[in-house]
Amino acid sequence: MDLSVQIGKLRLKNPVMTASGTFGYGEEYADFIDLNRLGGIVVKGTTLLPRQGNPYPRMAETPSGMINAVGLQNKGVEHFVNEIYPRLRNLDTAVVVNVSGSTVEDYVGVCERLAGLKVDAVEINISCPNVKQGGMSFGTNCASAESVVRAVRQVWPGTMIVKLTPNVTNVAEIALAVEAAGADAVSLTNTFLAMAIDVERRRPVLSSVTGGLSGPCIRPIAVRMVWQVACAVSIPIIGIGGIMNGRDVVEFMLAGATAVQIGTANFIDPQATVKAIDFLDDYLTRHKFANARALIGAMELE
Amino acid sequence: MIVHRLVTFFFSKAVNVLDLVVKENVRHGDEYALLRLSPVKGRMPEVLPGQFVMVDVPGCRETFLRRPISINYADQRELWLLIRRAGVGTNTLCDLPQGAVISVVMPLGRGFSLDVSGNVLLVGGGVGVAPLLMLGKRFVARGVDVRFLLGARTSTEVLQLDLFRQTGETHVATDDGSLGHHGLVSTHPLLEQGAIDHIACCGPMPMMQAVAHIARQRGINCEVSLENHMACGLGACLCCVEDTVDQGNVCVCKDGPVFNINRLRWT
Ligand SMILES: Cc1cc2nc3c(=O)[nH]c(=O)nc-3n(C[C@H](O)[C@H](O)[C@H](O)COP(=O)(O)OP(=O)(O)OC[C@H]3O[C@@H](n4cnc5c(N)ncnc54)[C@H](O)[C@@H]3O)c2cc1C
Ligand SMILES: Cc1cc2nc3c(=O)[nH]c(=O)nc-3n(C[C@H](O)[C@H](O)[C@H](O)COP(=O)(O)O)c2cc1C
Ligand code: FES
Repeated sequence: MDLSVQIGKLRLKNPVMTASGTFGYGEEYADFIDLNRLGGIVVKGTTLLPRQGNPYPRMAETPSGMINAVGLQNKGVEHFVNEIYPRLRNLDTAVVVNVSGSTVEDYVGVCERLAGLKVDAVEINISCPNVKQGGMSFGTNCASAESVVRAVRQVWPGTMIVKLTPNVTNVAEIALAVEAAGADAVSLTNTFLAMAIDVERRRPVLSSVTGGLSGPCIRPIAVRMVWQVACAVSIPIIGIGGIMNGRDVVEFMLAGATAVQIGTANFIDPQATVKAIDFLDDYLTRHKFANARALIGAMELE
Repeated sequence: MIVHRLVTFFFSKAVNVLDLVVKENVRHGDEYALLRLSPVKGRMPEVLPGQFVMVDVPGCRETFLRRPISINYADQRELWLLIRRAGVGTNTLCDLPQGAVISVVMPLGRGFSLDVSGNVLLVGGGVGVAPLLMLGKRFVARGVDVRFLLGARTSTEVLQLDLFRQTGETHVATDDGSLGHHGLVSTHPLLEQGAIDHIACCGPMPMMQAVAHIARQRGINCEVSLENHMACGLGACLCCVEDTVDQGNVCVCKDGPVFNINRLRWT
């Protein structure tokens, strides 16, 4: 079965990628799966300068999900380029760098540094709920989202994916704005702004009080948003949010996603990604699809 | 990578997802259970003392994430987990019937240092004694002189006392004085005056803090095993971090759970 799909200039061998911040740099999962089977790996959020992230505690378990407040802990783009990238470049899968920042110049700086490498794509994260400045605030209004995308477009000739936040009134509006500003694709969703309180101690569970909700509890909302965006834009969509298995991959693709990312599910089942690829292959055969591309937006209304 | 694969294959140490069946569930009073597990198929991977597993709690609607549990004992055929009822997940695990199958990711983390010499004291409190049994056995096999100091609220909660006694000289402290020294382990004369070169410690945070404090004062090398809340157990999510003196935030699941107290800020 031909599982390949196209995102901008990037050809993925299959639609299943991993979601930023949930799969480390891939190496963490090399004991469990053959990384070369993945459609792509989206690495941790990378910033211009190193970041320590938020203090512990950073995680709260919730019904069918979790809230995280990692706060973009990473060693900065220079470390990525010198230490991580040389190890990833030999993998036979797409490597996508998730780029985060507090200012437009931060995003531009990271992308400039990556421009010389054979990185397959950047994913511009304008949707992180866990940083005080920038992050999600860029993704919550059309003008600021556009300004980041335009500026990155000047320095990044390769495939640019823009990762959207669900924490807006009308996600299709933001998607249209970034499409107009030059994005090759959108990915959605990032985590939902959320919080949890330890009632015995009458204190917030997370050090940062609020954090981002992920896992299957957000999936129905994410599917709805992917569908709304698919109705509005013509660039490819990467569906994200609570995908646990192959069935969920198919659901996002039926709603209009060209590819998907699997995040939190990797914590529960480190082999979730390859199992989902196997399911997809089998599903396409069972339902007599010619290839994976035929599944995109194939939900039938009436 | 290929070299790494070969090496891990040769020693059969590779981390894996395994299905284990409950061979026996031994209750220790109302609050604790010892699960004796064996692989549904194949052999157990080789493990090091102080490593842990991530257990998927079967049939429990309220738990979403796996639960980290220390390896109490392991050989080629069996894995033992000693579990305290702390909430929904551990409750379900403590009630598992014989024949139940659970999925575990293992072995995870970096265990205790084995390359130590002199007088070694292993200090455990409550369910924190769990990783010390295998550690003690490993030390004995290496010809290291080990003693145990085990703490609990009351005599019936001193877990696996017979097994510890079979392994080495064992001292006990109970909060109510029903067995051994009356008081916290940190007030036991052995800790305060005994000849000790190295301590390995696992238990509730206040206990580890007190033990670390004494070790600091007496200039004793000391390792503790931390229990930060975890999501992945693999070093991927960065949720379990501990702030260290040398490297800032590091993952307890990957860099730990065992740390030398000199690296930690709270000791
Ligand atoms: C490396 C490591 C090794 C461990 N080894 C053992 C062991 O051998 N035996 C054992 O009984 N327990 C062990 N624990 C603790 C065990 O993981 C927690 O008790 C368990 O996750 C609680 O889950 P629950 O669903 O029962 O409780 P929940 O209902 O989730 O929570 C109940 C209470 O437990 C606290 N809690 C939740 N998760 C943790 C956690 N990871 N660590 C500490 N407290 C937590 C919560 O804050 C809450 O107060 C270990 C923890 C770690 C990190
Ligand atoms: C622990 C954790 C860390 C994350 N870090 C990032 C990040 O650095 N950059 C980013 O764009 N998204 C990050 N995310 C969001 C995920 O990539 C994904 O969008 C979200 O979790 C929803 O998908 P899921 O339900 O499959 O996990 C993180 C999520 C989690 C759980
Ligand atoms: S629990 Fe995910 S990094 Fe430690």
